[in-house]
Amino acid sequence: MADHTSSGEAYWKANLRIIIISLIIWALCSFGFGILLRPALSGISVGGTDLGFWFAQQGSILVFLVLIFFYAFRMNKLDQEHGVDEE
Amino acid sequence: MDQFTINLLFVGASFAIYIGIAIWARAGSTSEFYAAGRGVHPVTNGMATAADWMSAASFLSMAGLIAFTGYDNSAYLMGWTGGYVLLALLLAPYLRKFGKFTVSEFIGDRFYSPSARLVAVLCLIIASITYVIGQMTGVGVAFGRFLEVDTTTGLLIGAVIVFAYAVFGGMKGVTYTQVAQYVVLILAYTIPAIFISLQLTGNPIPALGLFGSDTATGEPLLQTLDAIVTDLGFNQYTAHNGDTLNMVLFTLSLMIGTAGLPHVIMRFFTVPKVADARWSAGWALVFIALLYLTAPAVGAMARLNITQQFWPEGTDGPAVTIEQIETDPAYDWMATWQQTGMLGWEDKNGDGRIQYYNEKSPAMQEKATAEGWTGNELTNFNNDILVLANPEIANLPSWVIGLVAAGGLAAALSTAAGLLLAISSAVSHDLMKGQLTPNISEKGELLAARIAMAVSIAVATWLGLNPPGFAAQTVALAFGLAAASIFPVLMMGIFTKVNNKGAVAGMLAGFIVTLLYIFLHKGWFFIPDTNSYTDADPLFLGIKSTSFGAVGAVINFTVAFVVSSMTKPIPAEISELVESVRIPRGAGVAQDH
Repeated sequence: MADHTSSGEAYWKANLRIIIISLIIWALCSFGFGILLRPALSGISVGGTDLGFWFAQQGSILVFLVLIFFYAFRMNKLDQEHGVDEE
Repeated sequence: MDQFTINLLFVGASFAIYIGIAIWARAGSTSEFYAAGRGVHPVTNGMATAADWMSAASFLSMAGLIAFTGYDNSAYLMGWTGGYVLLALLLAPYLRKFGKFTVSEFIGDRFYSPSARLVAVLCLIIASITYVIGQMTGVGVAFGRFLEVDTTTGLLIGAVIVFAYAVFGGMKGVTYTQVAQYVVLILAYTIPAIFISLQLTGNPIPALGLFGSDTATGEPLLQTLDAIVTDLGFNQYTAHNGDTLNMVLFTLSLMIGTAGLPHVIMRFFTVPKVADARWSAGWALVFIALLYLTAPAVGAMARLNITQQFWPEGTDGPAVTIEQIETDPAYDWMATWQQTGMLGWEDKNGDGRIQYYNEKSPAMQEKATAEGWTGNELTNFNNDILVLANPEIANLPSWVIGLVAAGGLAAALSTAAGLLLAISSAVSHDLMKGQLTPNISEKGELLAARIAMAVSIAVATWLGLNPPGFAAQTVALAFGLAAASIFPVLMMGIFTKVNNKGAVAGMLAGFIVTLLYIFLHKGWFFIPDTNSYTDADPLFLGIKSTSFGAVGAVINFTVAFVVSSMTKPIPAEISELVESVRIPRGAGVAQDH
């Protein structure tokens, strides 16, 4: 049942692209805004502190949630487009 | 009714519910024991995963570590949620498609090598036992407080209950029980937080209250907190005080470790479809986020409450008197916690007051000399008690305190049970049936599973008496081990065509180096005082043992790629297997074999 058709390859490439984009956002919001880029964002104040602090304690978690649901939604659609979904 | 009776009522009632459910959904066959017959809805599965996941470390320990360190411990928040992104994108759907019961089965089949499976099993067992040690620390705190005994007695009583509880059913019993446990623990966590947020900021949502204004001063809450802690010589709460390298590596270790721990991954084998595995990870994170978005608020608000209790007239006024601690009901929590041995104070300068400040700060030492203080008089405040003590500190109604006791126990028990299940399936299914005694009967397999549970809980309890750190720190070490061993091979198994020799060499290198690094800093086999280095002065590039898992993972990947490129490529049928795992179509019911 292994799918060696061009559709299988195109499906996998499309999947990898979505994964890479999602992981870039994942890293940017946690390691980026939450830690390494925090000094650069220090001008933007949020409730007595700065935006980086918010990203480290809450913002990153909210972004993670959006990413996972986006991925599930996008992939389930991609499965159908390439005809590899579960019947 | 006194507090003890109320606690007993809440804990007793919640236990009656769990045991009732466990009996109702008792596992009949081995398949049900491990994977609940794959009939679990994604939302249900997400809730159970959340209960499984949020252990004593998340519930009892994490907010305390954030409260007393501030921003730097945000690593726990990002690390323990960000791992779900890796899980959802890189592992869950493919492992579900593969359709076996355990993580090591996948590793054994994909790398066509019994030795790969064996190495994976050993890594899983060691990481899981380390994790259970952390849980037992939490169990000790929770039972100690709730039965009003010292922590050691609490730990021993807790161990017996965890064992009885985990042996009862397999995954199926555990899945529905865990849904009940999730409900108890999330209510227990958020209700006191809502009360406290209303008291301090007037905002009923703690996550928003954290960034709101302190009603007493009108200033933002975090500014008030920053001012009051720096006045006492402590680090500014919202500032980055530690080093960036460790914070990044620690966060990364926790994330990778999340996606490499067997009891979490196993959950994704129990959903009906590949598509459901993707949604399940999202639902799990929704339920987890409810606690994780509240935790930083709990930490900051508790720190403010505690500090203000010791300095009732502000940091410029006199400290609280011993007379007030002994007579004012607002300070009752101090006496209750003193008997667990996790809170202590001493009037060193004999002025009848308890001065709480940072005695290591030079500015405070000057002030102390001027005021006649002779050191910080709050001599012991174990971070792990913060969440349980929090409702008492804030003077909340006694039913809230009872609820929190039940929640803390639910958190510790659900995770300990999930881990014991993962350990027992590793021993009975992967080690005994898969390697040593392939002809073992179904009954024999279940027996082996239960013996494995008993042995691991005994080991964890013994080591839990002298844990290598606070609950969440010990648990973080387990994550480091999982990060260095399991996650890299799983990912390479799906996304690359690394061969058997590469996988075995990578796992061994990553795991052994990380384990040695941890033992060198935390003591051999976690036995106290056998360490050669400390995390204050670590061996390699200033990297702490808790942050080392990410380095271990890099070693694992590197060694695997190098060895694989120098040895024979994977056979055609394994290449086919990799191709088929990547595509959802054809994911039937998983087979036992």
